[in-house]
Amino acid sequence: MTTVLAVCEQRDGALRKVSSEVVTGARRIADGLGAEVEALVLASGPVGGADQLGGFGADRVLTLTADGFGTYAPEGYAAAVAGRARGGAAVVVCSASAQGKDLAPRIAAKLGTGLAADLTDVMVEGGVLMAIRPVYAGKALLKVKVTGSPAVLSLRPNVFTPVQRPKAGAASTAAAGVPAGRVTVKEIKAAEAGALDVAEAPIVISGGRGLKEPANFKILEDLAHAFGGRAAVGASRAVVDAGWRPHADQVGQTGKTVSPTLYIAIGISGAIQHLAGMRTSKVIVAINKDKDAPIFKVADYGVVGDLFEIVPVLTAAVKSHA
Amino acid sequence: MKIAVCIKRVADSETRVKVAADGKSLDDAGVKFILNPYDEFAVEEALQRKEKAGTGEVVVLALGGATSQETIRTALAMGADRGILLQTDRIPADGFVTAQAIAAELKAGGPWDLVLFGKMAIDDYNSQVGPMVAELLDLPCVTAVSHLTVEAGTATAEREIEGAVEVVQCPVPAVITTDKGINEPRYPALKGIMAAKKKPLEVKPVSLGGGAIEVVEMTPPPARKEGKIVGEGAAAVPELVKLLREEAKVL
Ligand SMILES: Cc1cc2nc3c(=O)[nH]c(=O)nc-3n(C[C@H](O)[C@H](O)[C@H](O)COP(=O)(O)OP(=O)(O)OC[C@H]3O[C@@H](n4cnc5c(N)ncnc54)[C@H](O)[C@@H]3O)c2cc1C
Ligand SMILES: Nc1ncnc2c1ncn2[C@@H]1O[C@H](COP(=O)(O)O)[C@@H](O)[C@H]1O
Repeated sequence: MTTVLAVCEQRDGALRKVSSEVVTGARRIADGLGAEVEALVLASGPVGGADQLGGFGADRVLTLTADGFGTYAPEGYAAAVAGRARGGAAVVVCSASAQGKDLAPRIAAKLGTGLAADLTDVMVEGGVLMAIRPVYAGKALLKVKVTGSPAVLSLRPNVFTPVQRPKAGAASTAAAGVPAGRVTVKEIKAAEAGALDVAEAPIVISGGRGLKEPANFKILEDLAHAFGGRAAVGASRAVVDAGWRPHADQVGQTGKTVSPTLYIAIGISGAIQHLAGMRTSKVIVAINKDKDAPIFKVADYGVVGDLFEIVPVLTAAVKSHA
Repeated sequence: MKIAVCIKRVADSETRVKVAADGKSLDDAGVKFILNPYDEFAVEEALQRKEKAGTGEVVVLALGGATSQETIRTALAMGADRGILLQTDRIPADGFVTAQAIAAELKAGGPWDLVLFGKMAIDDYNSQVGPMVAELLDLPCVTAVSHLTVEAGTATAEREIEGAVEVVQCPVPAVITTDKGINEPRYPALKGIMAAKKKPLEVKPVSLGGGAIEVVEMTPPPARKEGKIVGEGAAAVPELVKLLREEAKVL
């Protein structure tokens, strides 16, 4: 029975949400190929949440452990996954998360095959693996045929919504049997305790030069809080370059690409390089005093006017409905 | 300090993307091509490290068509010492094919103290050629580096991960892919542009295999359905909230 490997991700011993997205994508491919899904977890010990992966379609959940695997060990992880893939996997699926963008190319090169990266859709057509990749900052989509064996893929975060497809999820643990490698994580400096990353938040409240000064971003943080920990605050490049917000919050071509359920662009004109980072959001709201601002062309819902009047009223309305 | 920097010629970010007649690639009529923005950081990093070491050579390498010579000249104008064009008529869709050709050239021209790439190319968004070359050359590699120090044979690199910054160490020589923040790229001065004309630029034709990724078609993104202006000012908020709850169902 051929296998589709779903490479999961943990941090501090807990499974990250992208893992259920990867298993969901792997399940779709496996159904198309008539294969089984093996979820692969790399850690230094048991990982919290691994038992949920059966619910998303994992027939088996294998945790490969090694001493240095508690934090991301690029060379060790790549060797462990490639070794497992050589055992008969037809497809290896990773997340295009920060870790996945580093790991997937290493796995593909070790297996001597290509990598279809940052996919927004994947399908099996007549037994052939096809995928959709945004290119030119989302201004075009490539439909590609992936013929490597195994084929290596990475899925864009927040696009493959986890779906319940209950399978056995038979769990087992084994020693990875490979060294952690020459590249080691010395420290993880948390940006802010529990700060939700804009690339993974279900809701993103983004601010631009229209906020006039850094202190005014508090208005957006209040709106984000009104969504109860499900919203992250994003920024345009203009305000990041001005030093008002960290580069980690920048949405756009030279920042992050986000696909939240709801994206609210406040005081952002909607330059093509900004749109590149948020065009795949499911619902876009724009608040801008200039009714001709380009952002209104991609927004599903627009409110024209002064953000300093509008946003506090919106925050109150969201809070009262919470 | 012998440093290699791989650079790519890409369409400018302002480009209006039009699909070519083959239905699979960009129609480059009237398109402005530039040095990939992330590769500017890589070239700058190489130049600063060579200047700090006081001796050494910065070699820039591009795989592409004859027009990639302009991109190499840009890097030479910034201060790189010599360029190599691995000439091919079409850049493959499969980054691994590109990586194999680059790795072969780097292996022949090595050993290197440092091999630098951009985090990604802003045309194909593959984010893969650097780490793939590192794998093929069996060199340690850290990707998307926004801060780098190298001391006593060890590189210490910072990279952004979701909600945090990862501090990663590895021995040098190594492969590093560069992200915004690692440095401030210099603009080529007129003197540099003039000097670049006389710097060596080797053209080496390469023949490439097909690879595992075949483009079937390129299409514009699905048009977002026409949005609507809900209203003006704070008075529009109740209607907006109602639509978000009942129509969009996101509240
Ligand atoms: C190679 C390259 C890469 C780039 N990458 C990125 C990227 O990754 N991300 C990114 O965002 N940009 C990027 N840019 C920059 C982009 O081109 C724009 O310059 C930038 O997005 C503009 O930011 P902004 O919308 O905040 O500012 P502006 O364009 O100045 O827009 C401010 C908006 O606020 C509105 N406004 C002002 N006051 C109020 C008020 N009181 N109430 C309501 N509305 C108000 C104005 O009407 C205006 O529309 C890049 C550019 C280049 C060349
Ligand atoms: N054709 C090419 N020639 C030289 N370097 C390249 C080429 N394609 C990609 N690279 C390098 O690999 C990095 C990542 O590109 P990509 O993997 O295509 O996103 C780029 O920033 C370059 O440093």
